[in-house]
Amino acid sequence: MAEKTYLQAISDGIRGEMRRDKRVFVLGEDVGVYGGAFKVTQGFQEEFGAWRVIDMPLSETAIMGGATGAAIMGMRPVAEMQFADFVSCAWDHLVTVAAKQRWRTGTPIPIVLRLPSGGGFSGGPFHSQNPESSFAHIPGLKCVCPATPEDAKGLMIAAIEDPNPVLFFEHKHLYRRIKGEVPDERYVTPIGKARVHAEGEDITLVTWGAMVYTAEEAAKQLPDVSVEIIDLRTVMPWDKQAVLASARKTSKVLVLHEDTRTGGFGGEIAATIAEEAFEDLDAPVRRIAAPDCPVPFAPVLEKAYIPQVDDVVRGLKELSEY
Amino acid sequence: MAIARVAEPSGSLQDVKEQGLDREDLFGIYRNMLITRGVEERGHILYRQGKIPGSFYTGRGNEASSVGVATAMGPDDVGTPLQRDMGVHVARGLEPWRIFAQYMGRADGPTRGRDGNVHMADTNLGLIAMVSHLPAMLPVSVGCALAFRIREEKRVAVAWSGEGAMARGDAHEGMNFAGVRGLPVVFICDNNQWAYSTPTHLEYAIEHLADRAQAYGFEGVVVDGTDVLAVYREAKRAIEKAREGGGPTLIECQTLRMEGHAVHDDAYYVPKELFERWAERDPIERFRTWLREQVDMTDDEEADIASYVKKLLNDSLQRAEASPLPDPADLLEGVYASPDDLDTPHHK
Repeated sequence: MAEKTYLQAISDGIRGEMRRDKRVFVLGEDVGVYGGAFKVTQGFQEEFGAWRVIDMPLSETAIMGGATGAAIMGMRPVAEMQFADFVSCAWDHLVTVAAKQRWRTGTPIPIVLRLPSGGGFSGGPFHSQNPESSFAHIPGLKCVCPATPEDAKGLMIAAIEDPNPVLFFEHKHLYRRIKGEVPDERYVTPIGKARVHAEGEDITLVTWGAMVYTAEEAAKQLPDVSVEIIDLRTVMPWDKQAVLASARKTSKVLVLHEDTRTGGFGGEIAATIAEEAFEDLDAPVRRIAAPDCPVPFAPVLEKAYIPQVDDVVRGLKELSEY
Repeated sequence: MAIARVAEPSGSLQDVKEQGLDREDLFGIYRNMLITRGVEERGHILYRQGKIPGSFYTGRGNEASSVGVATAMGPDDVGTPLQRDMGVHVARGLEPWRIFAQYMGRADGPTRGRDGNVHMADTNLGLIAMVSHLPAMLPVSVGCALAFRIREEKRVAVAWSGEGAMARGDAHEGMNFAGVRGLPVVFICDNNQWAYSTPTHLEYAIEHLADRAQAYGFEGVVVDGTDVLAVYREAKRAIEKAREGGGPTLIECQTLRMEGHAVHDDAYYVPKELFERWAERDPIERFRTWLREQVDMTDDEEADIASYVKKLLNDSLQRAEASPLPDPADLLEGVYASPDDLDTPHHK
């Protein structure tokens, strides 16, 4: 056990699997010599060589299509989009080919697609997005959004082991800010199992990624309200049972995400609770999410866009008084 | 000014023998071309009988190109054939009854009714099923070649694209990356002159699409796609070059799409004279004549092959019509792969 940053934990997860399994290789823009735009793969090329840590041309289509072909041929690619936003350039190969191939033709596509996501640093409309709901909507894809270093490593290993295309949304804001104890040994954090970040009795707060910490701060500011924070960890598949069990216990639910509101995954969670736990609710399920606009650049605008601690405090208060 | 090399037409039996094809091989190629056309002709009839849902696509006129390339592939090579390349499936050994089952959306088609027409492949035969988004499978083939290169295997991937899809970014990204890394992949461009209703002069502004190869750092070759032995020779040369570490080749096979884009399209926009001119170069008739002249194919031999194909197709149709419909209760099966699915020849 050692204290690691979220970024180191991701890096350790990939490196460990590459040492263990020579089918695992990394491809992406600037992942080799430069060690990745965020240095997740720093030192990898020295250790594994240029044919297992492949510096790609600026070609997201070739990265995703190439990873798909290599996966069909028995490799375990860990592909990187330099920013999650650029996955739009790889949409066809991810959504049209990789997601549907198992169902259409029986061919599994074991790929991890790393997607550095999220805002909070004035990245603007094209370096800040959280597009997980768009992909959670695509049958055949899995979407993983770890919040802690321990989960980042365990979910990375799970994603590499998984026989499906797994989108690994790693939140850039957490990379170096969040540290935590990470077991040295190899372990798998199962995809589809939520984590109770904080136990509580009065309100269930369902969230994932960087918003786990916003939720935590907000709960701290309301000592009289007992908030149960559920860190979903993965949005596809998502842990319906954990959410429903908590909803039945507290009877009030707030869903919080950094992605935009309309069509965001919070809508799916709220609808499921309404369908399956309506009788247990004492208040309507509430959502707090980014407004329906692109991610803005100027700090004052971005702060208004990304859900803040104060917004969550307000939401929790309203629910507790309902 | 042409940049790509323009391939010679096929030569005498002696030339062909030097490429490793014996008399039986040549008859095999001819048989596969007949099966290819026969499958699509029967499919057309099934369609008109209302037995094929959706639309129906054929590759009439492309039999030499598809069978020629597939014959040049090694047993462990892989490829991503498209909607004009039925001959690849046939030559790699996909049984026609399964193709008919695929057409009719039956449980025994390679996609078990989940996808239609030639959106299929048997991965055990080294083929990967296409998607409609052309040429999305081109970078996928490049990825197969990347796997071979990483593992230092002497295997080659073959990537097909039509001349229409060569306008898309996938083709550029795939070929550029393959050129940069010298990957063992051969690009086949089926240039059948029409992208649905769009003629070549509205698709690209150069003389030959194969000229683009130079810009990616590898060789481009233009070949008559109705000349099966010339296609075979050029594909073989390119595949073996790739196998030995010589990097990619782009082969442009020139044909004419002898029917509409799909069955609903009567191709009224294609000049009649063009059809007439290319009908004189029908790939099957050309090869039949060559076999008669160069290999002394006898009347009996020709009749034997024809009756073999006829019986094969008749039996196949019967077997396909007996194939059950897929079960709607299984709709959600396999949306996600299970670890057991990794037990494939490619993942072992």
